[in-house]
Amino acid sequence: MEWGFWLAQAVSGLAGASALFLTAAGLTLVFGVCRIVNFAHGSFAMVGAYVAVTLLPPLLAWSPSLSVFLLGAVLSALAVAALGAAVELLLLRRIYRVPELFQLLATFGLVLVIQDGVLQLWGPEDIPGPRAPGLGHGVAILGERIPAYDLFLIAVGPVVLALLTLLLRATRFGLLIQAATRDREMVAALGVNQALLFTGVFALGAFLAGLGGALQVPRIPASGGMDLPIIAEAFVVTVVGGMGSVPGAFLASVLIGLLQAFGILAFPKITLVLVFLVMAAVLMLRPQGLLGRPEPPARGAIEGLAALPPPSPPLRALAVAAILAVAFLSDDYLRKVATEMLVLAIAAFSLGFLIANAGIVSFGHAAFLGAGAYAAALLSVRAGWPMEAALAAGPLFAGTLALLFGAALARMGGIYLAMLTLAFAQITHAVAFQWVELTGGDNGIVGVRPAWWASDRASYLLLAAALVLPAIWALRRVLSAPFGVLLRAARDSEPRALALGLPVVAMRVAAFALAGALAGLGGAVFAFSRGSVDPTLLAIPQSVDLLAMLLLGGVQAVAGPLLGAVALHGLKDAVMPLTDLWRLFLGLAILLLVLAFPRGLAGAWRRA
Amino acid sequence: MAEPLLAIEGLEAGYGPAPVLFGVSLTLAPGEVVALLGRNGAGKSTLIKAAMGLLPPRAGRLRFAGQDISGEAPWRIARAGIGYVPEDRRVFPDLTVAENLAVGRRPPREGLPEWTDSRLFALFPPLAPLSRRRAGLLSGGEQQMLAIARTLAGNPRAVLLDEPAEGLAPVLLEPLAGAILEMAKAGVAVLLAEQNLDFAAAVADRAVLLARGAVAFDGPMARVMADASLRESVLGVSA
Ligand SMILES: Nc1ncnc2c1ncn2[C@@H]1O[C@H](COP(=O)(O)OP(=O)(O)OP(=O)(O)O)[C@@H](O)[C@H]1O
Ligand SMILES: [Mg+2]
Repeated sequence: MEWGFWLAQAVSGLAGASALFLTAAGLTLVFGVCRIVNFAHGSFAMVGAYVAVTLLPPLLAWSPSLSVFLLGAVLSALAVAALGAAVELLLLRRIYRVPELFQLLATFGLVLVIQDGVLQLWGPEDIPGPRAPGLGHGVAILGERIPAYDLFLIAVGPVVLALLTLLLRATRFGLLIQAATRDREMVAALGVNQALLFTGVFALGAFLAGLGGALQVPRIPASGGMDLPIIAEAFVVTVVGGMGSVPGAFLASVLIGLLQAFGILAFPKITLVLVFLVMAAVLMLRPQGLLGRPEPPARGAIEGLAALPPPSPPLRALAVAAILAVAFLSDDYLRKVATEMLVLAIAAFSLGFLIANAGIVSFGHAAFLGAGAYAAALLSVRAGWPMEAALAAGPLFAGTLALLFGAALARMGGIYLAMLTLAFAQITHAVAFQWVELTGGDNGIVGVRPAWWASDRASYLLLAAALVLPAIWALRRVLSAPFGVLLRAARDSEPRALALGLPVVAMRVAAFALAGALAGLGGAVFAFSRGSVDPTLLAIPQSVDLLAMLLLGGVQAVAGPLLGAVALHGLKDAVMPLTDLWRLFLGLAILLLVLAFPRGLAGAWRRA
Repeated sequence: MAEPLLAIEGLEAGYGPAPVLFGVSLTLAPGEVVALLGRNGAGKSTLIKAAMGLLPPRAGRLRFAGQDISGEAPWRIARAGIGYVPEDRRVFPDLTVAENLAVGRRPPREGLPEWTDSRLFALFPPLAPLSRRRAGLLSGGEQQMLAIARTLAGNPRAVLLDEPAEGLAPVLLEPLAGAILEMAKAGVAVLLAEQNLDFAAAVADRAVLLARGAVAFDGPMARVMADASLRESVLGVSA
């Protein structure tokens, strides 16, 4: 009985690992050749699942057999491959040369577009898939009923690994993939049409994602929210396995699958945290991943971005004047909007600080905003702390969290760190969502009230400004102090900074903690302004909103994050009431912005 | 001299804002070996990269086999018939010798005998027994041979060879020179960037001397070898 139970857990974990491996293998191949991290890869898996739940029922009605089921899964994957090829041709091809940050943002724009597209095509309800004929039963092993389909999925992983290995070693396409993973330019100089190769690899990657999604449908229904969890897991698997390594992805997905299956037994609420800790441990021992090769130093995620320029007193006066005007001359609605803009501005500003000075692009910065908000709300509502203490605890908690994250992973550079920040944020979100006893789950925490003296909106706005503006100006001080200068030196050339004896990693960790604490301050201010917190605050889309603000405002100009926060907030207020397709709109806007202004709007204005 | 195969006219190129080449012109005829000589930093590699399309030319024209190839992508230039062997060899370390050759393989060209694997192994006999070995495990000399063989597998009409003799043991120089002459005899034009004068003299008919990104001399290799003051002023070598 004991043994059977363990076996059932292991089987379930390994079955999930198989599907995860297919998706991650596609991601890792695409990264190897095209050097692009595709956020929309999880969306491809989701589309594969939706196509499969649409395609399989009629196919199986026509002929209920396992081979027809497999045919349906492959056809679904082919449809996704076609989508992938179209995406490469229409979008990615134009942005291979823009800085990585903008590439990531563009593929995230795609995530938003696909989310709304799927919603329009298939509706908001989850759609369960049909069972695979002949595999719908359970197999009794050691007294446990093990789903036959799970056993089948477990076999799929190694089979696909073998087929991929064959493709890579025994076909010209495979040789070109391997060669290009090492040296794209040389492959082009030998007369290989790179554009065609990239499209081919991207289609192959999308095919694998689609297959992973399609084969999951007998176990997990197709649902509109599956894309981000899938991409977060796939990121963890590819980074742990070693970017570009297919066998590495296999090994890592088995590891993660088993961890999740058994982690549920030990820590039911925080399985994902366990996964993250193991990942951090692996990467501390082997930064290049299990089977990855040590990479040449990353070119830096933000090539070509200049540091923030020196302070400009008029802007300072203008901000203070604007806030005083809103506090004393306007209505409560505007005061609330202004408070929220301050919150977003400090969150975006701290992110911009990280990007422009430390060269760290965080795709999960909202995790720290949310951590600050949750800490303040929990201490105020559950522990009865006074507002002043709770407001102070927010940044402390978020800063500590950022410090721990940074200490574990800040050694990883550029794109890897960006991927891990996303995974981290996804996990933070899952904890807030699942640990219902503590966090209230989906409903969050309500009844977060400010102290009596700050309970009217005007006073609270002034309080928020008194906390946020000095914090921003203090951060600006840090930037022109030696710490900021050295941080930028390390960003521009890590080898040189190391040779000079600078504690590069420690400085990055410090920058990360500082940025996390500032975002946490914003979160704590937000909690008392809104009166409640819920998991959307630290969800990935919130992180991307912050990045979009920087994209709108530009990280070069000091007013960038402020401008961006105002612009995005205004845009949302203007567009959201008009249409249900907000995500589609935002996604397309991001894509257009990246294509038209790869340096951000503020950058564009300054050049003009 | 017949109609040149490759004609570079007034080429300007550089990295970022800094210009490196200032209006370089040179020609290469079929089956001809031209030595491209110059001190460190004179712009030899830059010229080769620009000719290959790896560095966008800022001005000037590139003509190859009667086509204008200025501003074309590297893979199109390679398909037109120009082969490139980079300074640092850049073999694909995870692939075997045979697989490296397979990546370079392109269909044969009219009027030139095909470089089959067996012809390539005859040209570089030390590679023959290594065909299943991973290129990352080869010695420097073997990697250099493989880099040239991989480019020849594309059956180019012209090859741009960037300092193949650099870092090779002296005993390897003679076979390498022999292989270059063999290539020329088979009708392949060779532009050979080189620092090693004696090596260049052993294979080249003509020499182009670059100094600070401009052509300082274009004439018979023998003239360079005979004129000590020319060598002294352009190359900084007196021997
Ligand atoms: N990637 C690069 N970025 C910036 N400058 C470069 C780069 N490569 C070369 N240069 C500069 O361009 C000039 C010409 O370099 P190039 O490599 O063409 O010289 P070379 O004649 O091949 O020298 P060598 O004999 O040392 O190989 C040099 O001043 C060099 O510093
Ligand atoms: Mg050179």
